[in-house]
Amino acid sequence: MSQNRKVGNIIATILKYAVLIFGAVFTILPFVWMISSSLKTPTELVQIPPSLFPETPQWSNYQEAWKAAPFARYFVNTLIVTFCTTCGVLVTTVLSAFAFSRLNFPGKKTVFSLFLATLMIPGEMLIITNYETIINLKWIDSYKAMIIPWISSAFYIYLLTRFFMQVPESLYLAAKVDKCSDFKYMIKIMVPMNKQAIFSIAILNIISSWNAFLWPLLVTNSQEMRVLSNGLVRFQTEAGSSTELIMAASCMLVMPIIIIYLFLRKYIIEGVTRSGLKG
Amino acid sequence: MDKKSFKGYLYLLPSIIIMLAFTIYPLIRAIIMSFLGDYSIINHGYSSIGFDNYKALFADPDFALSLRNTSIYVICVVPASIILSLIIAVLINSCNKTKAFFQTVYFLPYVTSVIAIGIVWRWMFNSNYGLINYFLGFFGIDPIPWLNRPEYAMPALIIFAIWKSMAFNILIFLAGLQTIPEDLYRAARIDSTPKLRVFTRITVPQLAPMIVYSSVIGMIGAFKVYNEVFSLFQGKAGPANKAMTIVYYIYDKFYNSYKYGVAAAGSVVLFIIILVMTQIQLRVTGEKKKK
Repeated sequence: MSQNRKVGNIIATILKYAVLIFGAVFTILPFVWMISSSLKTPTELVQIPPSLFPETPQWSNYQEAWKAAPFARYFVNTLIVTFCTTCGVLVTTVLSAFAFSRLNFPGKKTVFSLFLATLMIPGEMLIITNYETIINLKWIDSYKAMIIPWISSAFYIYLLTRFFMQVPESLYLAAKVDKCSDFKYMIKIMVPMNKQAIFSIAILNIISSWNAFLWPLLVTNSQEMRVLSNGLVRFQTEAGSSTELIMAASCMLVMPIIIIYLFLRKYIIEGVTRSGLKG
Repeated sequence: MDKKSFKGYLYLLPSIIIMLAFTIYPLIRAIIMSFLGDYSIINHGYSSIGFDNYKALFADPDFALSLRNTSIYVICVVPASIILSLIIAVLINSCNKTKAFFQTVYFLPYVTSVIAIGIVWRWMFNSNYGLINYFLGFFGIDPIPWLNRPEYAMPALIIFAIWKSMAFNILIFLAGLQTIPEDLYRAARIDSTPKLRVFTRITVPQLAPMIVYSSVIGMIGAFKVYNEVFSLFQGKAGPANKAMTIVYYIYDKFYNSYKYGVAAAGSVVLFIIILVMTQIQLRVTGEKKKK
Protein backbone atom coordinates (compact mmCIF):
# COMPACT_ATOMS: atom_id res chain seq x y z
CA MET A 1 0.00 0.00 0.00
CA SER A 2 2.63 2.54 1.02
CA GLN A 3 4.80 1.28 -1.82
CA ASN A 4 1.98 2.08 -4.23
CA ARG A 5 1.52 5.53 -2.76
CA LYS A 6 5.23 6.24 -3.10
CA VAL A 7 5.17 5.28 -6.77
CA GLY A 8 2.02 7.36 -7.21
CA ASN A 9 3.71 10.36 -5.64
CA ILE A 10 6.73 10.07 -7.88
CA ILE A 11 4.53 9.85 -10.96
CA ALA A 12 2.54 12.88 -9.77
CA THR A 13 5.73 14.87 -9.28
CA ILE A 14 7.05 13.94 -12.70
CA LEU A 15 3.71 14.89 -14.27
CA LYS A 16 3.66 18.16 -12.40
CA TYR A 17 7.09 19.16 -13.61
CA ALA A 18 6.31 17.98 -17.11
CA VAL A 19 3.31 20.32 -17.26
CA LEU A 20 5.21 23.20 -15.67
CA ILE A 21 8.20 22.84 -17.96
CA PHE A 22 6.01 22.50 -21.03
CA GLY A 23 4.16 25.68 -20.05
CA ALA A 24 7.40 27.49 -19.31
CA VAL A 25 8.81 26.54 -22.71
CA PHE A 26 5.61 27.75 -24.37
CA THR A 27 5.88 31.01 -22.43
CA ILE A 28 9.48 31.82 -23.30
CA LEU A 29 9.48 30.32 -26.78
CA PRO A 30 8.64 33.62 -28.54
CA PHE A 31 11.51 35.33 -26.71
CA VAL A 32 13.99 32.57 -27.52
CA TRP A 33 12.80 32.48 -31.10
CA MET A 34 13.10 36.26 -31.40
CA ILE A 35 16.71 36.23 -30.19
CA SER A 36 17.64 33.17 -32.22
CA SER A 37 16.05 34.56 -35.42
CA SER A 38 17.77 37.90 -34.92
CA LEU A 39 21.17 36.16 -35.08
CA LYS A 40 20.56 34.00 -38.14
CA THR A 41 21.47 34.43 -41.77
CA PRO A 42 18.60 34.78 -44.26
CA THR A 43 19.20 31.19 -45.44
CA GLU A 44 19.22 29.76 -41.95
CA LEU A 45 15.98 31.60 -41.23
CA VAL A 46 14.00 29.68 -43.83
CA GLN A 47 15.68 26.31 -43.56
CA ILE A 48 13.57 23.26 -42.77
CA PRO A 49 13.89 21.87 -40.16
CA PRO A 50 14.51 25.17 -38.37
CA SER A 51 17.54 25.25 -36.07
CA LEU A 52 17.20 26.51 -32.53
CA PHE A 53 20.58 28.20 -32.56
CA PRO A 54 22.34 29.84 -35.49
CA GLU A 55 25.59 28.20 -36.57
CA THR A 56 27.53 31.42 -36.12
CA PRO A 57 25.62 34.25 -34.47
CA GLN A 58 25.26 37.10 -36.92
CA TRP A 59 25.80 40.02 -34.55
CA SER A 60 26.12 42.22 -37.58
CA ASN A 61 22.32 41.98 -38.00
CA TYR A 62 22.04 44.36 -35.07
CA GLN A 63 24.46 46.84 -36.60
CA GLU A 64 22.63 46.62 -39.87
CA ALA A 65 19.20 47.16 -38.32
CA TRP A 66 20.55 49.97 -36.16
CA LYS A 67 21.83 51.71 -39.29
CA ALA A 68 18.85 50.92 -41.51
CA ALA A 69 16.55 53.16 -39.47
CA PRO A 70 17.30 55.96 -36.99
CA PHE A 71 16.93 53.63 -34.01
CA ALA A 72 19.36 55.70 -31.94
CA ARG A 73 17.00 58.64 -32.26
CA TYR A 74 13.96 56.44 -31.44
CA PHE A 75 15.79 55.16 -28.41
CA VAL A 76 16.55 58.65 -27.12
CA ASN A 77 12.95 59.76 -27.74
CA THR A 78 11.61 56.76 -25.86
CA LEU A 79 13.98 57.45 -22.98
CA ILE A 80 12.95 61.12 -22.80
CA VAL A 81 9.24 60.33 -22.91
CA THR A 82 9.52 57.49 -20.38
CA PHE A 83 11.68 59.51 -17.99
CA CYS A 84 9.57 62.68 -18.06
CA THR A 85 6.26 60.83 -17.82
CA THR A 86 7.47 58.81 -14.84
CA CYS A 87 8.83 61.87 -13.00
CA GLY A 88 5.55 63.67 -13.64
CA VAL A 89 3.52 60.72 -12.42
CA LEU A 90 5.56 60.46 -9.23
CA VAL A 91 5.17 64.17 -8.39
CA THR A 92 1.43 64.36 -9.04
CA THR A 93 0.78 61.00 -7.38
CA VAL A 94 2.65 61.81 -4.16
CA LEU A 95 1.04 65.26 -3.89
CA SER A 96 -2.48 63.95 -4.50
CA ALA A 97 -2.11 60.89 -2.31
CA PHE A 98 -0.87 63.11 0.50
CA ALA A 99 -3.82 65.47 0.11
CA PHE A 100 -6.30 62.59 0.16
CA SER A 101 -4.72 60.77 3.09
CA ARG A 102 -3.72 63.58 5.47
CA LEU A 103 -5.20 66.95 4.60
CA ASN A 104 -8.71 68.05 5.32
CA PHE A 105 -10.56 70.17 2.85
CA PRO A 106 -14.15 70.66 1.78
CA GLY A 107 -15.38 68.22 -0.82
CA LYS A 108 -12.53 65.75 -0.24
CA LYS A 109 -14.73 62.66 -0.39
CA THR A 110 -16.48 63.86 -3.54
CA VAL A 111 -13.22 64.60 -5.34
CA PHE A 112 -11.79 61.25 -4.31
CA SER A 113 -14.85 59.38 -5.61
CA LEU A 114 -14.61 61.35 -8.82
CA PHE A 115 -10.98 60.27 -9.20
CA LEU A 116 -12.00 56.67 -8.62
CA ALA A 117 -14.88 56.95 -11.07
CA THR A 118 -12.49 57.94 -13.86
CA LEU A 119 -10.93 54.48 -13.59
CA MET A 120 -14.03 53.07 -15.28
CA ILE A 121 -13.50 55.16 -18.41
CA PRO A 122 -11.69 53.19 -21.09
CA GLY A 123 -8.67 55.15 -22.29
CA GLU A 124 -9.42 53.95 -25.81
CA MET A 125 -12.54 56.07 -25.75
CA LEU A 126 -10.70 59.28 -24.91
CA ILE A 127 -8.01 59.08 -27.55
CA ILE A 128 -10.14 60.57 -30.34
CA THR A 129 -11.07 63.71 -28.44
CA ASN A 130 -7.65 64.00 -26.83
CA TYR A 131 -6.16 63.94 -30.28
CA GLU A 132 -8.42 66.85 -31.15
CA THR A 133 -7.21 68.71 -28.05
CA ILE A 134 -3.58 68.15 -29.01
CA ILE A 135 -4.27 69.58 -32.46
CA ASN A 136 -6.02 72.61 -30.99
CA LEU A 137 -3.11 73.20 -28.62
CA LYS A 138 -0.73 72.90 -31.60
CA TRP A 139 1.21 70.25 -29.71
CA ILE A 140 1.32 67.76 -32.58
CA ASP A 141 4.76 66.27 -33.09
CA SER A 142 6.18 67.38 -29.75
CA TYR A 143 7.37 65.67 -26.60
CA LYS A 144 4.70 67.62 -24.70
CA ALA A 145 1.97 65.77 -26.58
CA MET A 146 3.43 62.39 -25.65
CA ILE A 147 4.13 63.28 -22.01
CA ILE A 148 1.64 65.72 -20.50
CA PRO A 149 -1.62 63.75 -20.91
CA TRP A 150 0.02 60.86 -19.03
CA ILE A 151 1.61 62.59 -16.04
CA SER A 152 -1.30 61.91 -13.75
CA SER A 153 -2.88 58.57 -13.04
CA ALA A 154 -5.97 58.13 -10.90
CA PHE A 155 -5.01 54.51 -10.45
CA TYR A 156 -1.60 55.18 -8.91
CA ILE A 157 -3.09 57.96 -6.77
CA TYR A 158 -5.63 55.50 -5.41
CA LEU A 159 -2.90 52.94 -4.77
CA LEU A 160 -0.56 55.33 -2.98
CA THR A 161 -3.37 56.88 -0.95
CA ARG A 162 -4.02 53.44 0.53
CA PHE A 163 -0.36 53.15 1.47
CA PHE A 164 -0.24 56.65 2.96
CA MET A 165 -3.36 55.87 5.03
CA GLN A 166 -1.45 53.09 6.78
CA VAL A 167 1.07 55.56 8.23
CA PRO A 168 -0.16 56.26 11.78
CA GLU A 169 -2.00 59.56 12.10
CA SER A 170 -0.16 60.19 15.40
CA LEU A 171 3.07 60.82 13.51
CA TYR A 172 1.38 63.62 11.62
CA LEU A 173 -0.04 65.14 14.79
CA ALA A 174 3.35 64.95 16.50
CA ALA A 175 4.94 66.69 13.52
CA LYS A 176 2.24 69.37 13.73
CA VAL A 177 3.10 69.99 17.40
CA ASP A 178 6.73 70.41 16.34
CA LYS A 179 5.62 73.06 13.85
CA CYS A 180 6.62 70.90 10.89
CA SER A 181 4.91 72.16 7.72
CA ASP A 182 2.67 69.81 5.72
CA PHE A 183 5.00 69.87 2.75
CA LYS A 184 8.07 69.13 4.84
CA TYR A 185 6.22 66.31 6.58
CA MET A 186 5.28 64.81 3.23
CA ILE A 187 8.85 64.94 1.91
CA LYS A 188 10.64 63.96 5.12
CA ILE A 189 8.28 61.35 6.58
CA MET A 190 5.63 60.13 4.15
CA VAL A 191 7.84 59.64 1.09
CA PRO A 192 10.72 57.81 2.83
CA MET A 193 8.30 55.61 4.78
CA ASN A 194 6.60 54.51 1.56
CA LYS A 195 9.60 54.43 -0.72
CA GLN A 196 9.04 50.85 -1.74
CA ALA A 197 5.49 51.54 -2.91
CA ILE A 198 6.63 54.66 -4.74
CA PHE A 199 9.45 52.70 -6.36
CA SER A 200 6.98 50.04 -7.55
CA ILE A 201 4.76 52.71 -9.07
CA ALA A 202 7.79 54.18 -10.85
CA ILE A 203 8.77 50.84 -12.39
CA LEU A 204 5.23 49.98 -13.45
CA ASN A 205 4.96 53.37 -15.09
CA ILE A 206 8.33 52.98 -16.82
CA ILE A 207 7.14 49.71 -18.32
CA SER A 208 3.85 51.12 -19.57
CA SER A 209 5.46 54.29 -20.97
CA TRP A 210 8.16 52.31 -22.70
CA ASN A 211 5.62 50.00 -24.31
CA ALA A 212 3.12 52.76 -25.22
CA PHE A 213 2.16 52.48 -28.85
CA LEU A 214 -1.03 54.04 -30.15
CA TRP A 215 -0.92 57.48 -28.55
CA PRO A 216 2.63 58.34 -29.64
CA LEU A 217 1.78 56.99 -33.09
CA LEU A 218 -1.19 59.36 -33.36
CA VAL A 219 0.43 62.55 -32.09
CA THR A 220 3.72 62.39 -33.99
CA ASN A 221 4.34 62.80 -37.71
CA SER A 222 8.03 63.23 -38.23
CA GLN A 223 10.68 60.58 -38.03
CA GLU A 224 12.65 62.68 -35.51
CA MET A 225 9.85 62.41 -32.93
CA ARG A 226 9.07 58.73 -33.28
CA VAL A 227 9.43 56.41 -30.29
CA LEU A 228 10.82 52.86 -30.52
CA SER A 229 7.51 50.99 -30.73
CA ASN A 230 6.33 53.19 -33.62
CA GLY A 231 9.73 53.04 -35.27
CA LEU A 232 9.69 49.26 -35.07
CA VAL A 233 6.33 49.02 -36.85
CA ARG A 234 7.50 51.45 -39.52
CA PHE A 235 10.73 49.50 -39.93
CA GLN A 236 8.77 46.26 -40.25
CA THR A 237 6.93 47.67 -43.27
CA GLU A 238 10.12 49.05 -44.79
CA ALA A 239 12.38 46.05 -44.16
CA GLY A 240 9.82 43.80 -45.80
CA SER A 241 11.22 40.31 -45.91
CA SER A 242 14.42 40.90 -43.89
CA THR A 243 12.99 38.99 -40.97
CA GLU A 244 16.36 38.75 -39.19
CA LEU A 245 16.61 42.56 -39.08
CA ILE A 246 13.01 42.93 -37.89
CA MET A 247 13.73 40.43 -35.11
CA ALA A 248 16.87 42.36 -34.14
CA ALA A 249 14.83 45.56 -33.97
CA SER A 250 12.16 43.83 -31.85
CA CYS A 251 14.90 42.72 -29.47
CA MET A 252 16.00 46.33 -29.07
CA LEU A 253 12.51 47.26 -27.87
CA VAL A 254 12.00 44.23 -25.62
CA MET A 255 15.42 43.67 -24.05
CA PRO A 256 15.76 46.83 -21.92
CA ILE A 257 12.48 46.01 -20.16
CA ILE A 258 13.40 42.33 -19.71
CA ILE A 259 16.70 43.37 -18.10
CA ILE A 260 14.90 45.76 -15.75
CA TYR A 261 12.42 42.98 -15.01
CA LEU A 262 15.08 40.39 -14.19
CA PHE A 263 16.81 42.76 -11.77
CA LEU A 264 13.75 44.33 -10.16
CA ARG A 265 11.19 41.55 -10.49
CA LYS A 266 10.47 41.60 -6.77
CA TYR A 267 9.15 45.18 -6.99
CA ILE A 268 7.34 44.62 -10.25
CA ILE A 269 5.60 41.43 -9.13
CA GLU A 270 4.71 42.96 -5.79
CA GLY A 271 3.46 46.15 -7.41
CA VAL A 272 1.22 44.30 -9.86
CA THR A 273 -0.04 41.91 -7.17
CA ARG A 274 -0.94 44.73 -4.82
CA SER A 275 -2.60 46.82 -7.46
CA GLY A 276 -4.44 43.72 -8.64
CA LEU A 277 -5.65 42.63 -5.24
CA LYS A 278 -6.83 46.06 -4.12
CA GLY A 279 -9.32 46.02 -7.02
CA MET B 1 -9.61 68.14 14.01
CA ASP B 2 -7.63 70.90 12.42
CA LYS B 3 -9.70 73.48 10.64
CA LYS B 4 -10.73 72.78 7.11
CA SER B 5 -8.81 74.71 4.50
CA PHE B 6 -8.56 74.74 0.76
CA LYS B 7 -4.85 73.99 0.96
CA GLY B 8 -5.56 70.39 -0.04
CA TYR B 9 -6.60 71.60 -3.48
CA LEU B 10 -3.16 73.12 -3.95
CA TYR B 11 -1.70 69.62 -3.67
CA LEU B 12 -4.35 68.20 -5.96
CA LEU B 13 -4.09 70.97 -8.54
CA PRO B 14 -1.71 69.24 -11.01
CA SER B 15 -3.74 66.04 -11.03
CA ILE B 16 -7.04 67.87 -11.26
CA ILE B 17 -5.90 69.94 -14.24
CA ILE B 18 -4.66 66.88 -16.14
CA MET B 19 -7.78 64.92 -15.25
CA LEU B 20 -10.15 67.68 -16.36
CA ALA B 21 -8.27 68.30 -19.60
CA PHE B 22 -7.53 64.73 -20.65
CA THR B 23 -10.23 62.60 -19.01
CA ILE B 24 -13.38 64.51 -18.07
CA TYR B 25 -13.47 66.95 -20.97
CA PRO B 26 -12.79 64.34 -23.69
CA LEU B 27 -15.37 62.02 -22.15
CA ILE B 28 -18.10 64.66 -22.32
CA ARG B 29 -16.92 65.80 -25.73
CA ALA B 30 -16.99 62.24 -27.11
CA ILE B 31 -20.55 61.76 -25.87
CA ILE B 32 -21.65 65.06 -27.45
CA MET B 33 -19.82 64.25 -30.68
CA SER B 34 -21.63 60.95 -30.96
CA PHE B 35 -24.91 62.88 -31.36
CA LEU B 36 -23.66 65.38 -33.92
CA GLY B 37 -23.40 64.91 -37.67
CA ASP B 38 -20.56 66.23 -39.84
CA TYR B 39 -19.64 69.85 -39.32
CA SER B 40 -20.07 72.00 -42.36
CA ILE B 41 -17.90 75.07 -42.76
CA ILE B 42 -20.27 76.58 -45.31
CA ASN B 43 -23.38 76.48 -43.15
CA HIS B 44 -21.49 76.81 -39.85
CA GLY B 45 -23.49 74.02 -38.38
CA TYR B 46 -23.86 70.30 -38.00
CA SER B 47 -25.63 68.33 -40.69
CA SER B 48 -27.73 66.57 -38.10
CA ILE B 49 -28.30 66.30 -34.38
CA GLY B 50 -29.60 63.08 -32.88
CA PHE B 51 -29.10 59.38 -33.22
CA ASP B 52 -27.90 59.33 -36.84
CA ASN B 53 -24.40 58.21 -35.88
CA TYR B 54 -25.79 55.36 -33.81
CA LYS B 55 -28.08 54.34 -36.65
CA ALA B 56 -25.12 54.37 -39.05
CA LEU B 57 -23.07 52.42 -36.53
CA PHE B 58 -25.58 49.64 -36.05
CA ALA B 59 -26.34 49.48 -39.75
CA ASP B 60 -22.65 49.00 -40.57
CA PRO B 61 -21.85 45.32 -41.18
CA ASP B 62 -18.24 46.05 -40.14
CA PHE B 63 -19.38 47.12 -36.70
CA ALA B 64 -21.54 44.01 -36.39
CA LEU B 65 -18.48 41.98 -37.35
CA SER B 66 -16.35 43.82 -34.79
CA LEU B 67 -18.92 43.12 -32.05
CA ARG B 68 -19.07 39.49 -33.08
CA ASN B 69 -15.29 39.08 -33.21
CA THR B 70 -14.76 40.86 -29.92
CA SER B 71 -17.38 38.63 -28.28
CA ILE B 72 -15.77 35.48 -29.69
CA TYR B 73 -12.41 36.78 -28.51
CA VAL B 74 -13.70 37.45 -24.97
CA ILE B 75 -15.53 34.11 -24.74
CA CYS B 76 -12.46 32.13 -25.89
CA VAL B 77 -9.59 34.01 -24.31
CA VAL B 78 -10.90 34.72 -20.82
CA PRO B 79 -12.08 31.23 -19.71
CA ALA B 80 -9.17 29.42 -21.39
CA SER B 81 -6.67 31.76 -19.84
CA ILE B 82 -8.30 31.50 -16.39
CA ILE B 83 -8.42 27.69 -16.38
CA LEU B 84 -4.85 27.24 -17.65
CA SER B 85 -3.56 29.90 -15.26
CA LEU B 86 -5.31 28.26 -12.34
CA ILE B 87 -3.71 24.90 -13.07
CA ILE B 88 -0.26 26.43 -13.55
CA ALA B 89 -0.59 28.57 -10.41
CA VAL B 90 -1.55 25.59 -8.25
CA LEU B 91 1.34 23.56 -9.64
CA ILE B 92 3.83 26.40 -9.13
CA ASN B 93 2.56 26.89 -5.60
CA SER B 94 3.28 23.26 -4.75
CA CYS B 95 6.96 23.65 -5.72
CA ASN B 96 9.46 24.70 -3.10
CA LYS B 97 12.83 25.43 -4.61
CA THR B 98 11.69 26.16 -8.16
CA LYS B 99 8.73 28.38 -7.23
CA ALA B 100 10.53 31.71 -7.73
CA PHE B 101 12.02 30.50 -11.00
CA PHE B 102 8.69 29.46 -12.51
CA GLN B 103 7.01 32.61 -11.25
CA THR B 104 9.64 34.75 -12.99
CA VAL B 105 9.32 32.85 -16.26
CA TYR B 106 5.53 32.81 -16.39
CA PHE B 107 5.24 36.52 -15.66
CA LEU B 108 7.55 37.57 -18.49
CA PRO B 109 4.85 38.18 -21.14
CA TYR B 110 3.20 40.77 -18.90
CA VAL B 111 6.09 43.23 -19.04
CA THR B 112 6.95 42.98 -22.72
CA SER B 113 5.73 45.17 -25.53
CA VAL B 114 2.69 43.66 -27.27
CA ILE B 115 3.83 45.28 -30.49
CA ALA B 116 7.31 43.71 -30.48
CA ILE B 117 6.23 40.28 -29.33
CA GLY B 118 3.25 40.39 -31.72
CA ILE B 119 5.73 40.77 -34.55
CA VAL B 120 7.55 37.68 -33.27
CA TRP B 121 4.27 35.73 -33.13
CA ARG B 122 3.60 36.87 -36.68
CA TRP B 123 6.88 35.24 -37.65
CA MET B 124 6.03 32.07 -35.70
CA PHE B 125 2.64 31.89 -37.46
CA ASN B 126 4.29 32.20 -40.90
CA SER B 127 2.73 29.52 -43.09
CA ASN B 128 5.94 28.35 -44.78
CA TYR B 129 8.74 28.89 -42.27
CA GLY B 130 6.83 29.41 -39.03
CA LEU B 131 7.67 27.42 -35.94
CA ILE B 132 4.03 26.62 -35.20
CA ASN B 133 3.35 24.89 -38.50
CA TYR B 134 6.64 23.05 -38.09
CA PHE B 135 5.52 21.65 -34.72
CA LEU B 136 2.09 20.82 -36.11
CA GLY B 137 3.88 18.90 -38.83
CA PHE B 138 5.00 16.36 -36.21
CA PHE B 139 1.34 15.47 -35.71
CA GLY B 140 0.78 15.14 -39.41
CA ILE B 141 -1.06 18.44 -39.70
CA ASP B 142 -0.60 20.23 -43.00
CA PRO B 143 0.70 23.82 -42.88
CA ILE B 144 -2.05 26.21 -41.81
CA PRO B 145 -2.20 29.64 -43.47
CA TRP B 146 -2.74 31.33 -40.09
CA LEU B 147 -2.42 34.92 -41.13
CA ASN B 148 -3.59 34.78 -44.71
CA ARG B 149 -6.98 33.15 -44.47
CA PRO B 150 -9.91 34.81 -42.71
CA GLU B 151 -11.03 31.63 -40.92
CA TYR B 152 -7.65 31.22 -39.19
CA ALA B 153 -7.16 34.88 -38.27
CA MET B 154 -9.24 34.76 -35.09
CA PRO B 155 -7.72 31.49 -33.82
CA ALA B 156 -4.22 32.95 -34.31
CA LEU B 157 -5.20 36.10 -32.46
CA ILE B 158 -6.77 34.06 -29.64
CA ILE B 159 -3.68 31.85 -29.18
CA PHE B 160 -1.47 34.93 -28.98
CA ALA B 161 -3.86 36.61 -26.52
CA ILE B 162 -4.07 33.59 -24.22
CA TRP B 163 -0.28 33.47 -24.12
CA LYS B 164 -0.17 37.16 -23.24
CA SER B 165 -2.96 37.21 -20.65
CA MET B 166 -1.95 34.19 -18.56
CA ALA B 167 0.91 36.06 -16.87
CA PHE B 168 -1.34 38.40 -14.91
CA ASN B 169 -3.82 35.68 -13.94
CA ILE B 170 -1.11 33.34 -12.67
CA LEU B 171 0.29 36.14 -10.54
CA ILE B 172 -3.08 36.96 -9.01
CA PHE B 173 -3.87 33.28 -8.33
CA LEU B 174 -0.46 32.70 -6.75
CA ALA B 175 -1.08 35.64 -4.43
CA GLY B 176 -4.54 34.26 -3.68
CA LEU B 177 -3.19 30.81 -2.89
CA GLN B 178 -1.04 32.30 -0.13
CA THR B 179 -4.16 33.49 1.68
CA ILE B 180 -5.80 30.04 1.92
CA PRO B 181 -5.45 28.82 5.51
CA GLU B 182 -2.98 25.95 5.74
CA ASP B 183 -5.32 24.19 8.22
CA LEU B 184 -7.73 23.33 5.44
CA TYR B 185 -5.03 21.44 3.57
CA ARG B 186 -3.73 19.82 6.72
CA ALA B 187 -7.20 18.51 7.50
CA ALA B 188 -7.52 17.16 4.00
CA ARG B 189 -4.16 15.43 4.32
CA ILE B 190 -5.16 13.76 7.57
CA ASP B 191 -8.31 12.47 5.89
CA SER B 192 -6.07 11.55 2.90
CA THR B 193 -8.43 13.27 0.50
CA PRO B 194 -7.49 12.72 -3.15
CA LYS B 195 -5.61 15.69 -4.67
CA LEU B 196 -8.23 16.36 -7.30
CA ARG B 197 -10.90 16.58 -4.60
CA VAL B 198 -8.73 18.96 -2.59
CA PHE B 199 -8.45 21.09 -5.70
CA THR B 200 -12.19 21.19 -6.44
CA ARG B 201 -13.41 21.33 -2.85
CA ILE B 202 -10.85 23.61 -1.19
CA THR B 203 -8.66 25.47 -3.66
CA VAL B 204 -11.26 26.56 -6.19
CA PRO B 205 -13.93 27.72 -3.69
CA GLN B 206 -11.31 29.55 -1.62
CA LEU B 207 -9.99 31.25 -4.74
CA ALA B 208 -13.47 32.08 -6.06
CA PRO B 209 -13.20 35.84 -5.42
CA MET B 210 -9.86 35.99 -7.27
CA ILE B 211 -11.26 33.95 -10.13
CA VAL B 212 -14.20 36.31 -10.51
CA TYR B 213 -11.93 39.32 -10.22
CA SER B 214 -9.50 38.01 -12.86
CA SER B 215 -12.37 37.14 -15.17
CA VAL B 216 -13.84 40.62 -15.03
CA ILE B 217 -10.47 42.36 -15.41
CA GLY B 218 -9.72 39.98 -18.27
CA MET B 219 -13.06 40.71 -19.92
CA ILE B 220 -12.59 44.46 -19.63
CA GLY B 221 -9.12 44.15 -21.18
CA ALA B 222 -10.38 41.78 -23.87
CA PHE B 223 -13.15 44.16 -24.94
CA LYS B 224 -10.45 46.77 -25.55
CA VAL B 225 -8.15 44.54 -27.62
CA TYR B 226 -6.27 46.49 -30.26
CA ASN B 227 -2.47 46.31 -30.10
CA GLU B 228 -2.56 42.52 -30.42
CA VAL B 229 -4.52 42.82 -33.66
CA PHE B 230 -2.36 45.62 -35.00
CA SER B 231 0.92 43.82 -34.46
CA LEU B 232 -0.18 40.35 -35.51
CA PHE B 233 -1.63 41.53 -38.81
CA GLN B 234 0.82 44.32 -39.50
CA GLY B 235 -1.54 47.23 -38.98
CA LYS B 236 -4.54 45.57 -40.57
CA ALA B 237 -7.41 43.77 -38.90
CA GLY B 238 -6.48 40.42 -40.38
CA PRO B 239 -6.99 39.20 -43.94
CA ALA B 240 -9.80 41.19 -45.58
CA ASN B 241 -10.24 42.90 -42.18
CA LYS B 242 -12.01 39.79 -40.97
CA ALA B 243 -10.47 40.06 -37.48
CA MET B 244 -11.96 43.50 -36.89
CA THR B 245 -12.48 44.31 -33.19
CA ILE B 246 -14.46 47.14 -31.57
CA VAL B 247 -11.48 49.36 -30.79
CA TYR B 248 -9.97 48.67 -34.19
CA TYR B 249 -13.27 49.70 -35.76
CA ILE B 250 -13.36 52.94 -33.75
CA TYR B 251 -9.85 53.94 -34.78
CA ASP B 252 -10.41 52.97 -38.35
CA LYS B 253 -13.50 55.17 -38.57
CA PHE B 254 -11.69 58.03 -36.90
CA TYR B 255 -8.21 57.84 -38.34
CA ASN B 256 -8.76 56.46 -41.83
CA SER B 257 -12.31 57.41 -42.80
CA TYR B 258 -12.61 60.65 -40.77
CA LYS B 259 -16.05 59.64 -39.53
CA TYR B 260 -15.64 61.28 -36.14
CA GLY B 261 -19.29 61.04 -35.17
CA VAL B 262 -19.53 57.32 -35.89
CA ALA B 263 -16.21 56.70 -34.11
CA ALA B 264 -17.51 58.63 -31.09
CA ALA B 265 -20.74 56.62 -31.12
CA GLY B 266 -18.69 53.42 -31.23
CA SER B 267 -16.63 54.55 -28.27
CA VAL B 268 -19.79 55.34 -26.28
CA VAL B 269 -20.98 51.77 -26.93
CA LEU B 270 -17.59 50.50 -25.71
CA PHE B 271 -17.89 52.74 -22.65
CA ILE B 272 -21.28 51.27 -21.80
CA ILE B 273 -19.96 47.71 -22.13
CA ILE B 274 -17.01 48.49 -19.84
CA LEU B 275 -19.29 50.27 -17.37
CA VAL B 276 -21.53 47.21 -17.09
CA MET B 277 -18.46 45.00 -16.54
CA THR B 278 -17.14 47.33 -13.86
CA GLN B 279 -20.49 47.36 -12.09
CA ILE B 280 -20.45 43.56 -11.99
CA GLN B 281 -16.95 43.67 -10.58
CA LEU B 282 -17.88 46.20 -7.90
CA ARG B 283 -20.96 44.17 -6.99
CA VAL B 284 -18.89 41.02 -6.59
CA THR B 285 -15.98 42.54 -4.67
CA GLY B 286 -18.52 44.43 -2.54
CA GLU B 287 -20.17 41.16 -1.58
CA LYS B 288 -16.80 39.68 -0.70
CA LYS B 289 -16.17 42.55 1.72
CA LYS B 290 -19.58 42.15 3.33
CA LYS B 291 -18.79 38.54 4.14
